[in-house]
Amino acid sequence: MRCGRSGQVRDSVNGNLAQLRQIAVIGSEIIAIRTDSDIVQARHLVRRWSNQIQLSLIDQTKLVTASSELARNAMVYGGGGTLTIELVETSLRKGLKLTFEDKGPGIADVELAIRDGFTTGSGLGLGLGGAKRLVDEFYIDTKIGEGTRVTVYKWKQ
Amino acid sequence: MDRIPILKLGNFLLVTIQVDMYDQLAIALQDDLTSKIVQAGAKGVLIDISSLEVVDSFMGRMLANISEMTRVLDANTVVVGMRPAVAITLVELGLSLPGVQTALSVDKGMALLNAMREERPSEGLGEREPGAA
Repeated sequence: MRCGRSGQVRDSVNGNLAQLRQIAVIGSEIIAIRTDSDIVQARHLVRRWSNQIQLSLIDQTKLVTASSELARNAMVYGGGGTLTIELVETSLRKGLKLTFEDKGPGIADVELAIRDGFTTGSGLGLGLGGAKRLVDEFYIDTKIGEGTRVTVYKWKQ
Repeated sequence: MDRIPILKLGNFLLVTIQVDMYDQLAIALQDDLTSKIVQAGAKGVLIDISSLEVVDSFMGRMLANISEMTRVLDANTVVVGMRPAVAITLVELGLSLPGVQTALSVDKGMALLNAMREERPSEGLGEREPGAA
């Protein structure tokens, strides 16, 4: 039921299926994302946790890069937020779950926001779509006027 | 604020990025480089990113911008030392950096800059001046 490395945005049914998996949280850490240096810090922490579960160098690089994109999004578009890093485990494998939350304006059209090249800011519009390609699972939960939560998983192969 | 040093080496400028890049630093480098190219009359820019463990879309865009700006200012940019994992990630991210010349090492990058300069002969050599900005 988990989709492949090119993870899709799940509809609610699939989202619920994902939640039915038995996922245990082994450790976690939370940091605020408000400034440039918080983004650097987020990269460091994600790198450290990736090391802990011995992700391959390429997977580490992909996850750290995705974190950089998503943290920047939370800062620039969400007006700042938090990153929660969780070391998770199923009966089969270990992985990292990263949750980026902001209380910004929310995303009106998620499909459009994920499309490459779409941006409401001055960037390249690769942040969301690019980050999605770099992780194993990718979920967006957003509500206009309330904020956005992006959750990604990277599993140890 | 921090600045990334820009060294003058003959007609070329050498930038070695050895710190964690954050967005303001990348923007500052872009600005510094363009003024330095004009000021020094530089014909080439070599950017060594071998210490960078991550290049995200912002930094990728900065590299593309710098290449573009130097071209407009009658110079060339070569980015050297990209780590394999970074290259794989950049392409997957959707940034294949067209228009950015790359080389595997500083030596090869210098050779490439020299070759490009021969292809595009132009007169004025820049004034010699001491290193970093």
